[in-house]
Amino acid sequence: MSQYLFYILSLLTAFSAMMVVFSRKPVYSVLYMIFCFFTIAGHYILLNAQFLAAVHVIVYSGAIMVLFLYVIMMLNLNKESEPHKSNIAKTAAVVSGGLLLMVLVSVFKSADGLAINPAFDSQIGMVEVLGMVLYEKYLLPFEVSALLFLTAMIGATMLGKKEGGAQS
Amino acid sequence: MELNDLIFKIIFVIAVFAVSLLVAMYSTYAERKVAAFFQDRLGPNRAGPFGMLQPLADGIKMFMKEEIIPTNADKVLFVLGPSLAMMTACMTGVVIPWGSSLIIDGKEYVMQITDVNIGILYVFGVVSVGVYGIMIGGWASNNKFSLLGALRASSQMISYELAMGMSIVALVMMTGTLSVREIVESQPGGHWNVFVQPLGFLLFLICAFAETNRTPFDLPECETELVGGYHTEYSSMKLGFYLFAEYINMFISSAIIVCLFFGGYNFPFISELGLSHNMAAILGTVIFFAKVFFFIFFFMWIRWTIPRFRYDQLMRVGWKVLIPLAVVNIVLTAIYLMWKHDLWNTTLHVSQLNP
Amino acid sequence: MSEIPLSHILFVSTALFFIGMYGMFTRRNMITMLMSIELMLNSVNINFIAFNKYLFPGNLDGLFFTIFIITIAAAEAAVAIAIIINLYRNHKSIDVEEADALKH
Repeated sequence: MSQYLFYILSLLTAFSAMMVVFSRKPVYSVLYMIFCFFTIAGHYILLNAQFLAAVHVIVYSGAIMVLFLYVIMMLNLNKESEPHKSNIAKTAAVVSGGLLLMVLVSVFKSADGLAINPAFDSQIGMVEVLGMVLYEKYLLPFEVSALLFLTAMIGATMLGKKEGGAQS
Repeated sequence: MELNDLIFKIIFVIAVFAVSLLVAMYSTYAERKVAAFFQDRLGPNRAGPFGMLQPLADGIKMFMKEEIIPTNADKVLFVLGPSLAMMTACMTGVVIPWGSSLIIDGKEYVMQITDVNIGILYVFGVVSVGVYGIMIGGWASNNKFSLLGALRASSQMISYELAMGMSIVALVMMTGTLSVREIVESQPGGHWNVFVQPLGFLLFLICAFAETNRTPFDLPECETELVGGYHTEYSSMKLGFYLFAEYINMFISSAIIVCLFFGGYNFPFISELGLSHNMAAILGTVIFFAKVFFFIFFFMWIRWTIPRFRYDQLMRVGWKVLIPLAVVNIVLTAIYLMWKHDLWNTTLHVSQLNP
Repeated sequence: MSEIPLSHILFVSTALFFIGMYGMFTRRNMITMLMSIELMLNSVNINFIAFNKYLFPGNLDGLFFTIFIITIAAAEAAVAIAIIINLYRNHKSIDVEEADALKH
């Protein structure tokens, strides 16, 4: 059951990700991206990380993509005219990407030989356990990320200000 | 899962869906009656006794109207917008506990579609996706009034989502769980959360008004400035979907307020009545709906009493009043919890905070 | 649950990563480029979770790396959007090719 779900989800993920890159209109790109994020949240649930799936949906679909869509709508950037890059750049992208893909595929071939730990605790992704570990073991990174947010907030406010106010 | 369980779940899912649609339908009728009462009029009274069939007549009218899709509109997105709005409105009811449990043939059936242990986060996820319906619809109409309505709606909903989330944090700290059912069960009898978290309740209520785009926060569709806001270009049942989604949202957010702050299906003296388990559960559900209907009435009461905010006032209230108040609430709750568990002089272990 | 081989999950994440990379190379629209970066970050996230589940089920390190990546992505998006708006103010376009002057 979950196997079929996984393959369907994977197909949808790959399809929507491709549509993000190939759509000509930015608005369609953003909408496909939102769909892609939902399928990725589905993957997280299949991998037993429900909390992470919820956080992923709230942060990505609920905040980041709304911002993107907002900017596209506000600046009216939905022009189809955007020319894709020249064929040389495209070929270079395909070739380099394909080469890297090939390398990684050969690495994955050996990934199946890895010792998979069957002792799996379904409670491990639950909020209670997560909270304990986050505030004991990962307290410093947590605080640092808070600081990062503060910096990002100040930076975004400074950048977003109108030109005249900047030098004062 | 056994067959009995499955059948019960399917019936229950259909029942929840039908009840939310029915309540939303009659909310439109109630809204007009309440408005009439506030303005000393009679309200709808022609269709059926006391105008009770008015929602049905409205629905038929909506279906019969001509479908108009503007020439310059983006056809796919134009249809996608109202569908998304309706879908997200119907999705939130999944985690709400509508009652305790029924015992049939010695087997316990829980009156909730599913008890996710991160129920509140699920609600927030769905609510945060709800903004896309309005944004896409407003943008696809290719009309400047619609676009302005959509932009207002999205910035308003993002701003108030923050304050909403932070007002819940204090509550979660008190109860120590994210599951809606466990939060309801942590307030037995009359020990409702509203008495220990009055500020959190007030913030949540204000944000719920903003999230459902009700007056005084109905700037996205304010007639005097924006014609019809994001649904200016919509007609027929697509317009009906937008309006209907708003009423379903109102019903669901009332239910969530009741669950989080007013004890859900709990009410004082439940154990002293000496009722059997099933009777008590059914009575609890009735009480739950009574509370929900009071909040729906409260939404309407506010709508016909208070005028709408100006846009800059709306943003100022959201960012400079509600969010700082929510932070203050969190800090006060944390201090109270520290005092209650006497953690000043001991090393802090998170496990001690969960009673 | 564990019938899905680890390599299949890795295939999905690799596909995501390279789709993102292709987008980075070919698109010149700043918003689409940002979205390509988000795709690549997400493929890394899937890898972290999958490795955490399959190889070290007792630990939570993969989950926390993912959470921190998500927070960093959120902060990055906020700053990037501010930069895009500034770019649009100065150049009336968000094509990165046109932003070729150090000073306007």
